[in-house]
Amino acid sequence: MSVEIKNLSHTYSEGSPFEFKALKDINITIEDGSFIGIIGHTGSGKSTLIQHLNGLLTPTSGTVLVDGKNIFESKKAELIQLRHHIGLVFQYPEHQLFEETVQKDVAFGPKNQGLSDDEIDQRVRQSIKMVGLDFDEIKDKSPFELSGGQMRRVAIAGVLAMEPSVLILDEPTAGLDPRGREEILAQIKSLHSQKQITVILVSHSMEDIGKMVDKILVMNEGEVIFFDTPNHVFTEITTLESIGLAVPEVTYLMRRLKEKYPEIREDIFTVEAAKKEILKVIRGS
Amino acid sequence: MIMESKNRMIDVRDVYFTYPHNNENESVVALDGVSLHIEKGEFVGIIGHNGSGKSTLSKLLNAIIFPTQGDVIVSGLNTKDHENLWTIRQTAGMVFQNPDNQLVATIVEEDVAFGPENLGVPPQEIRERVDRALAVVEMQAYAHQKPHQLSGGQKQRIAIAGILAMEPECIIFDEPTAMLDPSGRREVMETIKRLNRDKDMTVIHITHFMEEIVAADRIIVLDKGKVVMEGEPRTIFRQVKRLKEIGLDVPQMTELAYELRIEGLKIADDVLSIEEMVNALCQ
Repeated sequence: MSVEIKNLSHTYSEGSPFEFKALKDINITIEDGSFIGIIGHTGSGKSTLIQHLNGLLTPTSGTVLVDGKNIFESKKAELIQLRHHIGLVFQYPEHQLFEETVQKDVAFGPKNQGLSDDEIDQRVRQSIKMVGLDFDEIKDKSPFELSGGQMRRVAIAGVLAMEPSVLILDEPTAGLDPRGREEILAQIKSLHSQKQITVILVSHSMEDIGKMVDKILVMNEGEVIFFDTPNHVFTEITTLESIGLAVPEVTYLMRRLKEKYPEIREDIFTVEAAKKEILKVIRGS
Repeated sequence: MIMESKNRMIDVRDVYFTYPHNNENESVVALDGVSLHIEKGEFVGIIGHNGSGKSTLSKLLNAIIFPTQGDVIVSGLNTKDHENLWTIRQTAGMVFQNPDNQLVATIVEEDVAFGPENLGVPPQEIRERVDRALAVVEMQAYAHQKPHQLSGGQKQRIAIAGILAMEPECIIFDEPTAMLDPSGRREVMETIKRLNRDKDMTVIHITHFMEEIVAADRIIVLDKGKVVMEGEPRTIFRQVKRLKEIGLDVPQMTELAYELRIEGLKIADDVLSIEEMVNALCQ
């Protein structure tokens, strides 16, 4: 599914002394099947933006088109249908677990979609497997006796079980240890390539964004600063720093190395790419 | 009888901690014979994957929970003696992950005053302590603001000021940057480092971000409730393979150096920072 954001503005508490313009005339198109990263400091408008994509917030002006359909002109029933296709995983989604068993919790979404018992069962099994958990081992456990990383996965499985065509994740790795972070990211990546769904990832980790996405949306004070490939965005170090962001450590390293090796590339943002480039330049000279 | 060193801030002696039981009536051993010590003025980083026992340890240091077996001594006081509780909690302050859960008042300076008020500090002295604490975290300009209008990094600095106003000798930071954006993380780390460097505060910093502790005096690695590695950052992080085996990471520069060595490049295995990497590659 493609998502088209048109002249979207959102003002909180309009007309009151607490009026706050959270989004100012946003215009971007997210292509079907792409993998987008959103970065920006706290309060830049990231969360406000993603909550418009499945109609949780209504725009002050402008609109969002999903597969060409204006979601804010849809009838309520259509909007509910649409929400089934746009899965939103909030920050700390494990706080939303509530059922007695993992199986019931993951089944909650598809059950509300009115699917048959067989279909629900199949989806629950599949999505638990997709997030790297063992269905038989975990299905009867209470979600509340799991570790933080496992709870996070169960919560993500609950969204996947609805088989969304657009998956939006708000900081899915916050608070996890390095292995937990890596595993969740790898699962998101394989989900994207296997199911060809559109993925929108909000993250504070420039390293994660650098290795995962096709395009980065950079937000600041409710506006889009860049919407481009990592190669282009991460070379704008000065602008990114001026809005409280940073680039991956290896990107800083490449810039420093340029003083000694003028031919070295600067558009590098993973350890893997840095290794190749450094070897090339050092062995070549 | 072990001689008490005068410079010893914390002594953890052969501590076991078992959480009673979960729903299936199994008890969970969170700490399995941990011994460690922290000297006054030290900056110690503690790393370990989720479930390794880090948070259990930090709660023991602050006398929120008590060892199933073994002793925790904070500034010479055993957490087992109930009359020591308040002194220990005042001596070892704690800052948690989520700033929103730690702020209680509607005005910044009232929030910072909450701790000393509860300690029965006289009003005039509370005033002085609050001003001093806000100055240390560089938040004086925000004294009359509402906490909810601050950024994550600023809120976390207010939480730190609230601890400072109780005049602790040691602060335990339990993943204080986990919920912050890059600039918030930088602000908080600079504040923590400054406290240790300029104010001689003993700092215990629990984190999943390896870059935050490359400048620590010492790193303690926990795995499955045991101390599995301990030493200077350089000695710890050069063991890339072992850290990865227990589900941890190394700073990006250390990892790059490790990868380059595998490719046959002659480069030290204990590179920690961009500066060191530049030097190594530009000799």
